Amino acid sequence: MFKIVNNERLSDNMFRVTFEAPLVARKAQPGQFLMFRVDEFGERMPITISSYDREAGTVSVIMQRVGSTTALLASKKAGDYVADVVGPLGNPAEFDDMHKVVVVGGGSGCAIAWPQAKEAHRLGCEVDIIAGFRTKGIVVLEEEMRACCDHLYMMTDDGTYGEKGFTTVKLKELLEKAKAEGKQYDHCICIGPLPMMKFVCQITKEYGVATMVDMNCIMIDGSGMCGGCRLTVDGKMKFTCVDGPEFDGHLVDFDEAIARSKVYEAQEQKVFERRHHYCNLQAMADAEEAAQKKEEK
Amino acid sequence: MANMSPKKNPIPEQDPNVRNKNFEEVALGYTVEMAVDEANRCLNCPRPACMQGCPVNVKIPQFIARVREQDFKGAYHKILEDSSLPAICGRVCPQEKQCESKCVRGIKGEPVGIGRLERFVADWNRENADEMPEKIATNGHRVAVIGSGPSGLACASDLAKLGYDVTVYEHFHKAGGVLAYGIPEFRLPKAIVQKEIDKLVAMGVNIVCDATIGKCMSIDELLGKDEEKLLGDDKYEAVFIGSGAGLPKFQNIPGLSYCGVFSANEFLTRINLMHAYDERYDTPLMPIHVTAVVGAGNVAMDAARCAKRLGADVTVVYRRGEEEIPARKEEYEHAKEEGINFHLLCNPVEILADDKGWVRGLKCIRMELGEPDEKGRRRPIEVPGSEFEMACDSVIMALGTSPNPLLRKATPDLEYSDRGGIVVKDDTVTTMKDGVFAGGDAVTGAATVIKAMGAGKKAAAAIDAYIRSK
Repeated sequence: MFKIVNNERLSDNMFRVTFEAPLVARKAQPGQFLMFRVDEFGERMPITISSYDREAGTVSVIMQRVGSTTALLASKKAGDYVADVVGPLGNPAEFDDMHKVVVVGGGSGCAIAWPQAKEAHRLGCEVDIIAGFRTKGIVVLEEEMRACCDHLYMMTDDGTYGEKGFTTVKLKELLEKAKAEGKQYDHCICIGPLPMMKFVCQITKEYGVATMVDMNCIMIDGSGMCGGCRLTVDGKMKFTCVDGPEFDGHLVDFDEAIARSKVYEAQEQKVFERRHHYCNLQAMADAEEAAQKKEEK
Repeated sequence: MANMSPKKNPIPEQDPNVRNKNFEEVALGYTVEMAVDEANRCLNCPRPACMQGCPVNVKIPQFIARVREQDFKGAYHKILEDSSLPAICGRVCPQEKQCESKCVRGIKGEPVGIGRLERFVADWNRENADEMPEKIATNGHRVAVIGSGPSGLACASDLAKLGYDVTVYEHFHKAGGVLAYGIPEFRLPKAIVQKEIDKLVAMGVNIVCDATIGKCMSIDELLGKDEEKLLGDDKYEAVFIGSGAGLPKFQNIPGLSYCGVFSANEFLTRINLMHAYDERYDTPLMPIHVTAVVGAGNVAMDAARCAKRLGADVTVVYRRGEEEIPARKEEYEHAKEEGINFHLLCNPVEILADDKGWVRGLKCIRMELGEPDEKGRRRPIEVPGSEFEMACDSVIMALGTSPNPLLRKATPDLEYSDRGGIVVKDDTVTTMKDGVFAGGDAVTGAATVIKAMGAGKKAAAAIDAYIRSK
């Protein structure tokens, strides 16, 4: 069992959960992930490590409440436990030969992009961040991102916060400007929904800017054993867990990854309904019990 | 009085048409009467060939003699002298290629049902004697075991019995390795695996799940050879690597990334470890209706029989003929009884999908057998122009595994063979890195539970000798 030391709500649907997991904290590096399982009936879910405290033996993840497992984790309070936390898994992100970097984060992907931007900044790179969100209510980590870059461009699809528009539009603008000034970015780090990563890579390829993407695939074991997280990179089969999760975005077959990401959509909905239904029943039972106790008093 | 029946006592089994819809154990095991009757078929040869056929040389005639005398407890302890996991080996060993293949009774008729007797003895003791071992006082020497599969468990068990303070590290949330994630419940009930693990814990073995050696700790750190001396006084004097075979192989044909294509490892892990078939558990499995399983080893049979139990119409596709099927005969027979189809002498050439990327079929080509290769197996050759399509919505690739690169990347000074196995010295368990031993599939590539167990036991003896010599 692994203790949750903190669960902080960052926005409507984003949570930062901190686990007590000294084995993971001791070795974690930016770009690596962990797998957790909420309870005996839970699935094994991979999630990027957003920060760690080696002294305290804690690791934090930032996640969006999207399905059953993330909803269960989001409902946990400090002092609660989850069944398992294992890691750090995957390879650390590489920052070799990086000098001028544009980081593109999309939605919950900003939670993964932020620690990488922070590391690039710490290593002395010039860092510009484009952070895109669907709408104002889900904006997170603005201050954290601002603290580790030279320029932060906040974008929302509906214009309710920052500039209105997609990250790709802003990216093109920055690349064009940098090109005109003769100071093109040498790297792009892009993390977000698969379609966004696909389009960002198309643009950076045009400008010849090396692009690293962070792939979040369906996974069970996280150690190379199941092959569920396979994807095609440069025409070759790779496993996200042992070969990634960071890959050269210009070589990733995104259409294939997008198709594979949808395999379990229908089942996940069912699991959500079952777990959620149960939670509702539990809530009703708890309310009844509380009412009874009140009456007894 | 010797029982001269040429046939083994058959083992009671669930009816094929009942069991192919449930995950309960297929074989139900001998009764006391059957076991004693079968034990009477053993001639107690003065030079027992059966023992030579056993990778760990279990004293077969001696344990069978005790069964004959109805001393089932004595029989159990006789087996335990050489084997750590009798309830498991009695179920999953390929006895027809090992002990039973050497039995003299097999010359005229069927050999003695050694596997069935071993299983009976282990089950009887679990149900009637239920002895939990006592905690063993440690000698203060610490050994780390990486991986809790058959080789790791056997190594840990023998070392603990010698008084070592053993810690087993496991990546998964549950100990057992392939016994937990790979072999299905209907062939090896998980409660039996858990019981063996509980016994190790009772002896004083420390099992740490959720710990991926090579990631959260390196082998040098375990041995106290790192600069920072991470473990301090808690370092280990020796390390055993029993990390298993690992990475699934995929046939190099178009269409591997379509939705509905699995490695057998993924499919079996979802079912066995994550209980995807049980709706109380969250791990999903896509609905399957018509399934093609590629390959015909034991893992392929396990995957095919699991798919059948989930309600699919299942066909095994294998490029050689019936004679060459690598699975245990019993598994193949069981699969056929359960209604699994076999497309022999045909090989997949392409996986077909609909416009959304979901599997809709498998394109195969017919094969014929040509000249024998260097191993004496006849080489399959494509029959030109014989391609055909079979409709299916799921394809499971069961083509074996290659060793896991995870530990390799983290331990560059460990030597590996071209095929990815850890290189060991002539004793088969000592690696080229001081204080590090290895065994099981991590060394040999995918093999059997009993061979891995044998390697674990051998490594325990080598580790004992190594620590004593220091």
